[in-house]
Amino acid sequence: MLPLARNSVLRAARAQILPSTRTTTAISSAAFARLLSTLAVLEQRDGKIQPSSLSAIAAAQKLGGPITAFVAGANVKATSAAEAAQIKGLDKVVAVENEAYEKGLPENYAPLLVENIQKGEYTHVVAGHSAFGKSLLPRVAALLDVQQVSDITGIESEDTFVRPIYAGNAILTVQSTDPIKILTVRGTSFQGVETSGGGAAIEAGSDPKAPLQTEWVSEELAKSERPDLATAQRVVSGGRGLKSKEEFDRVIVPLADTLGAAIGASRAAVDSGFADNSLQVGQTGKNVAPQLYLCAGISGAIQHLAGMKDSKVIAAINKDADAPIFQVADVGLVGDLFEKVPELTEKLKNQA
Amino acid sequence: IPTKQVKPRVNKANTGVETAGVKHSLNPFDELSVEEAVRLRERHTKKQSPIKVDQILALSAGGPKCADTLRTAMAMGADRAFHVDVGDSPDGGPEPLTVAKMLQAVVKQENINLVLLGKQAIDGDQGQTGQMLAGLLGWPQATQASKVEIKDESGTVEVTHEVDGGVETLRAQLPMIITTDLRLNEPRYATLPNIMKAKKKPLEKKTLADFGIEDKKRLKTIKVTEPPARQGGGKVEDVDGLIGKLKELGAL
Repeated sequence: MLPLARNSVLRAARAQILPSTRTTTAISSAAFARLLSTLAVLEQRDGKIQPSSLSAIAAAQKLGGPITAFVAGANVKATSAAEAAQIKGLDKVVAVENEAYEKGLPENYAPLLVENIQKGEYTHVVAGHSAFGKSLLPRVAALLDVQQVSDITGIESEDTFVRPIYAGNAILTVQSTDPIKILTVRGTSFQGVETSGGGAAIEAGSDPKAPLQTEWVSEELAKSERPDLATAQRVVSGGRGLKSKEEFDRVIVPLADTLGAAIGASRAAVDSGFADNSLQVGQTGKNVAPQLYLCAGISGAIQHLAGMKDSKVIAAINKDADAPIFQVADVGLVGDLFEKVPELTEKLKNQA
Repeated sequence: IPTKQVKPRVNKANTGVETAGVKHSLNPFDELSVEEAVRLRERHTKKQSPIKVDQILALSAGGPKCADTLRTAMAMGADRAFHVDVGDSPDGGPEPLTVAKMLQAVVKQENINLVLLGKQAIDGDQGQTGQMLAGLLGWPQATQASKVEIKDESGTVEVTHEVDGGVETLRAQLPMIITTDLRLNEPRYATLPNIMKAKKKPLEKKTLADFGIEDKKRLKTIKVTEPPARQGGGKVEDVDGLIGKLKELGAL
């Protein structure tokens, strides 16, 4: 209380003594806001904006200044660009229609972005830290001779950003001295974009038509009706303790169904083939921050904690009372998961 | 004749934090890169791969401890190594863009046509170097590879790599850049005889200046802090207790 009061008294006094200083700051920050201009690179697939893109826009909004969204692919003007134009707070949408960009391959997408960044004289370029952003933006940064800042979780000012390092065991605040700031942003840290009510104009971007050196052969995506792991409100996650894929499916899936939750897994569970790669939560998998993260048979290695410790409430079921997961769990239950999880599922079902 | 290069980036301690004296090891993703390079060579010997891997060069930039990680890479099967000495710095060593520029120079100088890198170092967690290098060289790139297959003698490579929600397969022509993901392979242990042999393999000491690169810092570390600690909320006796507590916390 006391330091706070002193601080404000001091500030008030300073303001009276040095009114000119205040004015100057105000002017320069206003000038700065005018100069700042951000390009949010949107990921689209089959004409639909991908959720990671919304976090790019949320971060752009935090930076202040006008925001342009960028989207490229087959027939995007009528589809994903039109969808983007509805997002609140965008100045315009730059769209490049060309089948060649549909898969978002960095070999031709990076030169495309570079040309549009230079043309638009943007000071900031933001994309989600998804597979698309991770693969594309460093290439763009290198072409622009800029050192990118990856996976940011906070914006302190137009040139100062916060990002976790060492699997989230330390938080680094860095200042970029580059003329263009290239950023990828962590989805769980930037949210709250309104996807309707906007009315941005769609403009055609320039297309350098750089040759594509890679050929897209095929893809295999895990199909599911469940909420997307990265953005789900609830996540039920299983680890090595599940012992087999059959047990994983028998124990974890019904609980996730009952809770309407996405399914996650530890690296051990993925490596043992219990669950698909795309479900891995952790430093080298997905980062999640749901309202509820309920895990069973996960010991809580730091690499796993890196991916989920920003969850609102963490609940853990593990038979080892000394498992590190209990040090971060808000609620811990020591017991055999093969008994406890089905019991929990039953009881939750009966309550619903 | 194709040459392979592997760049293990050391799991270098501290970025202004208190990690001095911690155990250093080869960045796990880079171990995978070394392993994959060695396997590509072995597959040719077993006639499963059409292209001969002539040489595997391991490279690491960092302080004096890098030499150990490079010996490990050579014990796994790399032929020779470059240690680019950048001194032990408290701020995590050269930035990815600088490393990428250095690698660009190495690639040109050593006439390399495939560069395997880890998808990210587990200290800086930036995940940029491979893509930057590909951009600088104008080569195709495949990030987060889980399967690498050389299809023919002209150097067509098919890479299956991890994307959000699954995998995607790409085809490109050498020369190219591949960054490795955990599921690519299971790195071998270096056996004692191989460790002994590795001691005789050439390890050249270099500096950034040898490649005409300046260690320019574009990012200034303002501070490194501890993440807010999370306090466990204690344990409950049974499933009813669990449900009760979750309700209390508003999670159900």
